[in-house]
Amino acid sequence: MSHDTHAHHDHSHDHDHGHHHEEGFISKYVFSQDHKMISKQFLITAIIMGCIAMFMSTFFRLQLGWPGQSFPILETFLGRWAPGGVMTPDIYLALVTIHGTILVFFVLTGGLSGTFSNLLIPFQIGARDMASGFLNMLSYWFFFVSSAVMIASLFVTGGPASAGWTVYPPLSALPQAMPGSGMGMTLWLVSMSLFIVSALLGGLNYIVTVVNLRTKGMAMTRLPLTIWAFLVTAILGVLSFPVLFAAALLLIFDRSFGTSFYLSDINIGGMALDHTGGSPILFQHLFWFLGHPEVYIILLPALGINSEIIATNSRKPIFGYKAMIGSILAIAFLSFIVWGHHMYITGMNPFLGSVFVFTTILVAIPSAVKVFNYLATLWKGNIVFTPAMLFAIGMVSTFITGGLTGIILADAALDINLHDTYFVVAHFHIVMGASAIFGMFAGVYHWFPRMYGKMLNKNLGYAHFWLTITSMYGVFFPMHFLGLAGIPRRYYENTNFPLFDQFTDINQMISMFAILGAAAQFIFFFNFFYSIFRGTKAPQNPWGSTTLEWTAPMKHMHGNWPGKIPEVHRWPYDYNKPGKAGDFTPQTEPMAPGEEESH
Amino acid sequence: MISFLTFLVIVLGLITFGRIIRIFELSAELRGTDVNAVNGSDNKTNSLLLLIMGSAFVFMVFYLTYAMKDKMLPSSASEHGVEIDTLFAVNWYILFAAFFITHALLIYFAAKYYFKKEHKPVFFAHSTKLELIWTLIPAAVLSVIIVYGISKWNKIVAPAGDDVLVIELYAKQFDWTARYAGDDNELGKASFRLIDGSNPLGIEYTDPQSADDILVRNEFHLPVGKEVVFKFHSRDVIHSAYMPHFRAQMNCVPGMTTQFHFKPIKTTEEMRVETANDKFDYILLCNKICGASHFNMQMNIIVEDETSFRQWLGSKKTVAEELKAAAPAATVEVKTDSLAAPADSAKVHAVTADATKH
Ligand code: HEM
Ligand SMILES: [Cu+2]
Ligand SMILES: [Cu+2]
Repeated sequence: MSHDTHAHHDHSHDHDHGHHHEEGFISKYVFSQDHKMISKQFLITAIIMGCIAMFMSTFFRLQLGWPGQSFPILETFLGRWAPGGVMTPDIYLALVTIHGTILVFFVLTGGLSGTFSNLLIPFQIGARDMASGFLNMLSYWFFFVSSAVMIASLFVTGGPASAGWTVYPPLSALPQAMPGSGMGMTLWLVSMSLFIVSALLGGLNYIVTVVNLRTKGMAMTRLPLTIWAFLVTAILGVLSFPVLFAAALLLIFDRSFGTSFYLSDINIGGMALDHTGGSPILFQHLFWFLGHPEVYIILLPALGINSEIIATNSRKPIFGYKAMIGSILAIAFLSFIVWGHHMYITGMNPFLGSVFVFTTILVAIPSAVKVFNYLATLWKGNIVFTPAMLFAIGMVSTFITGGLTGIILADAALDINLHDTYFVVAHFHIVMGASAIFGMFAGVYHWFPRMYGKMLNKNLGYAHFWLTITSMYGVFFPMHFLGLAGIPRRYYENTNFPLFDQFTDINQMISMFAILGAAAQFIFFFNFFYSIFRGTKAPQNPWGSTTLEWTAPMKHMHGNWPGKIPEVHRWPYDYNKPGKAGDFTPQTEPMAPGEEESH
Repeated sequence: MISFLTFLVIVLGLITFGRIIRIFELSAELRGTDVNAVNGSDNKTNSLLLLIMGSAFVFMVFYLTYAMKDKMLPSSASEHGVEIDTLFAVNWYILFAAFFITHALLIYFAAKYYFKKEHKPVFFAHSTKLELIWTLIPAAVLSVIIVYGISKWNKIVAPAGDDVLVIELYAKQFDWTARYAGDDNELGKASFRLIDGSNPLGIEYTDPQSADDILVRNEFHLPVGKEVVFKFHSRDVIHSAYMPHFRAQMNCVPGMTTQFHFKPIKTTEEMRVETANDKFDYILLCNKICGASHFNMQMNIIVEDETSFRQWLGSKKTVAEELKAAAPAATVEVKTDSLAAPADSAKVHAVTADATKH
């Protein structure tokens, strides 16, 4: 490795352990500092967590579809929480809370960025590894412990945290308010604090690596859009997670040490509490100051992955590369000044409400630019329908559908009636849940060969995609109507309101789609684990991509490239460039005399 | 036993499935093809599927919107709500247009331009003109949405007029109490420290303004055509007072008073006729997660003409009357007494204590 000629790109000292080829099991598979291995660790942990969260959603969909009906399977899994096969209202809220927490943070933040930033940043910028392999390893292990704590919280008396993934105090602060706000909530806070440490360690590493370790010729304007998205995501995380950390810390103080940051004038369980002077609304400001950027921390990597996959499989350059970067930056910036749209009906100053309406709806402009650029990329392309490409196209659809309903919710006057209804559940599942999950699936199908040197079975991939998108829209699209009819979210059942009886069959249909969708994921799990061991061998560059990761040997090795790190001579989207042979020109190919750089 | 057998079947099923795939892959390898390389028929099939499924989805979106319209909330029962409905409709049309255009293009492009060997895609990396067009057009449309939306919002949250009815909606786990401000139209002071079994809102009986306040549970009435100012309070955790038919919602936050006002424009009777449902009732529900019975924290709302409303309110006891009934011998001092010795006035709660748990 040390024959790398470019002194400031040579960081082989990070990898001295990589020189001896005899690696112990522990340092190779467990406490690995290799970005490729850490990426797989993140991915597999996220798959397991996602599977748990998915099971939770089918459980509570059973209750919502057939309220009060006995399902023995619930008693099998939930035990005393579902006596006679009917879950209790407490465990309903607990399941919803942990389902949301796991999917938002563990699957789509830790899992998505952890997998793909780790895998692709060094590979696509031409670096031998992350800037700090050690911090990277720590980042995974903090993530692992934090996941373990979150899972452990399912087993404490009183049950896990149940106040919603947003854990608003006083509900989350007072064990008297609900059983989940006891030990379960403490573990939730511990888990999230560890999670934040992991996210910060990872994020800093990603930023430093992208800024410092690009190979020769890899100007910022030659970075694949994946890397731009991961970089901006990391910056968002580093700027916003500390605020959540502060919020969590103050909540821990209020809960355990008698402070009153968020509590005031409370009388509960027949007792007036001593807390005075705090404000529950303060927590919401702090939470959403992270919470809104958080949805872009989830979404941007998926969009980056999408740009890459859509360009590659359209065999065309991504349309408007610079506009894509510009829109990522614009979205990132705006995401810090829109948090108030979650709080229109907290009694905030009406003028402030208007400001947040304005800033929030502005986000739609860069989002629209992205959509049109995707469409223009597809236009007159030569589209190869790999499973990854299907998920990418599906994601464009969900991003549109969910993005449009966002404009409704951004309008404070309309939010008055829609806030916290199923309309919101529909909106965020489609725009954030489905889009990001689709982006993640697309990424897995696309880079699985790079991770494991094997191919995923394509036909299982097709079946997985078609069943997933059908059941996804089948679950979430009808929820808009429930919300428009006034059904609140986080309701254990709707049977106490004659007004809502007309939705019984729709709720059952939603639940059936949810079960179908969950079943479809087993196709994926099977394909994934089967192919790791028995999949067909992957060719060097299975999708005909221009980017650097496909120039490195498919066999696992430290430092990614034997010998010199390749140099980069062009942007990553030279697909079917006029005058070039073949339908793609790798970034490593020098410019021909007289050739002009494209973007 | 059953579960063991199920488990066994699943495992065996997975193994069989794995073997079948393996056979496919091996036989393809023998033929010298790569099973997992995307081929021409994959491209055709999937582009066709995209066309069919995509069109079906777009069709369903429009069809469902049409088919569901009778299940949606009836037209607004409050004055500002009518404007919200219009605002919503305008937005909805714009968004449907945007949805239709983008989805049509997405589906059309994806279905049309599937891979063909002889086809050479255009190398079209950017066009300032196009990019300007699709930045500026959305920007223009969104400006309209923003300006229109904000103007409505400002109107809704503008201060209420002078001739109003003041009602406090007081939330606790897991029920509501409505407190009418009475003849003076001013709510008496209250404190969370004074709450006890007989004084669920912690009303300060020493405050003269509290004397004519009226507390009701389970159902509260509103006069049609009169502006109502609601003040919201919570005793314990955050709740949210949601009155969907009036397009009204506001959080109830402990330690804070929040406020919302609207003018009901349709009586319950009128709404029963309009919805052809003689059981129709306006409802207040809790719309902020607040604990186990969050899903069942409700109150009926009756809107009626001013006369019936006055009659109904007149039939309810004021706070002073309640106190008197609890301690008939005493005079005004009762108020202070009951403050000092809450246990004495346990019966005051008679009207209000019955509905604690649903
Ligand atoms: C397997 C498919 C899924 C189904 C059937 C499902 C279903 C649901 C339902 C019905 C609720 C609302 C329950 C209520 O408000 O009472 C919910 C809540 C939630 N879901 Fe999902 N979901 C799925 C996947 C996802 C994904 C991929 C995400 C990732 C963002 C996600 C994130 C959330 C969040 C954040 C909440 C809110 C939790 C809360 O209210 O605190 N879900 N889910
Ligand atoms: Cu937000
Ligand atoms: Cu409540």
